[in-house]
Amino acid sequence: MSQKVTRRQFLNYSLMGVGSFMAAGVILPMGRFALDPLFQEEAAGSMITTSVSADEITETPVKVDFSYEQQDGWYESEVTDFVWVYRDGEDIIALSPVCKHLGCTVTWAGDEANPNRFFCPCHNGLYEKNGQNVPGTPPRGPLDQYEVGVSDGYITIGEMKANELVN
Amino acid sequence: MLNRIYDWIDDRIDITPIWRDVADHEVPEHVNPAYHFSAFVYCFGGLTFFITVIQILSGMFLTMYYVPDIVNAWNSVYYLQHDVAAGLIVRGMHHWGASLVVVMMFLHTLRVFFTGSYKAPRELNWVVGVLLFLVMLGLAFTGYLLPWDMKALFATKVGLDIAESVPFVGEWIKTLLAGDETIIGAQTLTRFFAIHVFFLPAALFVLMAIHFIMIRRQGISGPL
Repeated sequence: MSQKVTRRQFLNYSLMGVGSFMAAGVILPMGRFALDPLFQEEAAGSMITTSVSADEITETPVKVDFSYEQQDGWYESEVTDFVWVYRDGEDIIALSPVCKHLGCTVTWAGDEANPNRFFCPCHNGLYEKNGQNVPGTPPRGPLDQYEVGVSDGYITIGEMKANELVN
Repeated sequence: MLNRIYDWIDDRIDITPIWRDVADHEVPEHVNPAYHFSAFVYCFGGLTFFITVIQILSGMFLTMYYVPDIVNAWNSVYYLQHDVAAGLIVRGMHHWGASLVVVMMFLHTLRVFFTGSYKAPRELNWVVGVLLFLVMLGLAFTGYLLPWDMKALFATKVGLDIAESVPFVGEWIKTLLAGDETIIGAQTLTRFFAIHVFFLPAALFVLMAIHFIMIRRQGISGPL
């Protein structure tokens, strides 16, 4: 058994090696280019001050608008979203209005038959006041929750998080 | 005159065998609707290809006016439909053809299934056909967003939610499709445009070539 590398083998190996480097040189930049969204760091948001005074918040959920600068790649825009805010004892609760079924907007007491629930008009989804989805209606989970605070008497809205009121 | 041009070229590069190989082949009696009318079910594959050609042509012309930009996309579609001569027809071809091609493909799949044509030795062509089906559904999904109206946006939200529900890698798939973890916006539209106009058609052409070459090598399956 000879350990000698033949001329043919040597040529094969060197051509395959060089070819692999050339292929990698073409494919790697394009692959990294396409995968870039996976490596983007999400900028940590700060609390956004709204124009709604904390004194106005009662036990009935109300819409509270909040605006922020949104950076979408090269496109910057001012986006206004809203949350449902209500008082629960000492705490102030903010729930996302985005239905967990297909992303429509839920309203408080939108259905006359369910005066104390959130209602989604698209497919009759229902949620309890704490965001718990009512079994037998389309939503697959509870409404998301937002961090909420009070600054100088005004409501502030922070990051969205999973609902912590529902067990 | 045309004959002489043809002969002049044929003398030099011998093109006759090329087109004869493509065009000259017998259509068996059992797939010819002129003999048995019920054989029209064998036309669905060809109709799928015919509509695909219309989709490619009308799509090429639509990109003369369309821009994949969230500020201008909807306006460019509105303009090409209402202000450009025959715009309604060209967009209509692409719009209705998109649904029709999926319907034809489905009927073709049913025909292949119920005539048992997927059985040995044609299993590989069934596999390629299923890949074609997936590519075509991908084209339908990505094309739906491009007009950038409310229907397009919400349909894409739902589609991305479905992608996100894939176990383990769902969120990566969604981010890769949308171009952002949370926003469906400028980067989503450009990505969907690139996928719809370059990536998936490239895959479609390769798969169609394999599909057709295999049909010619194996022949049409026999009568029931």
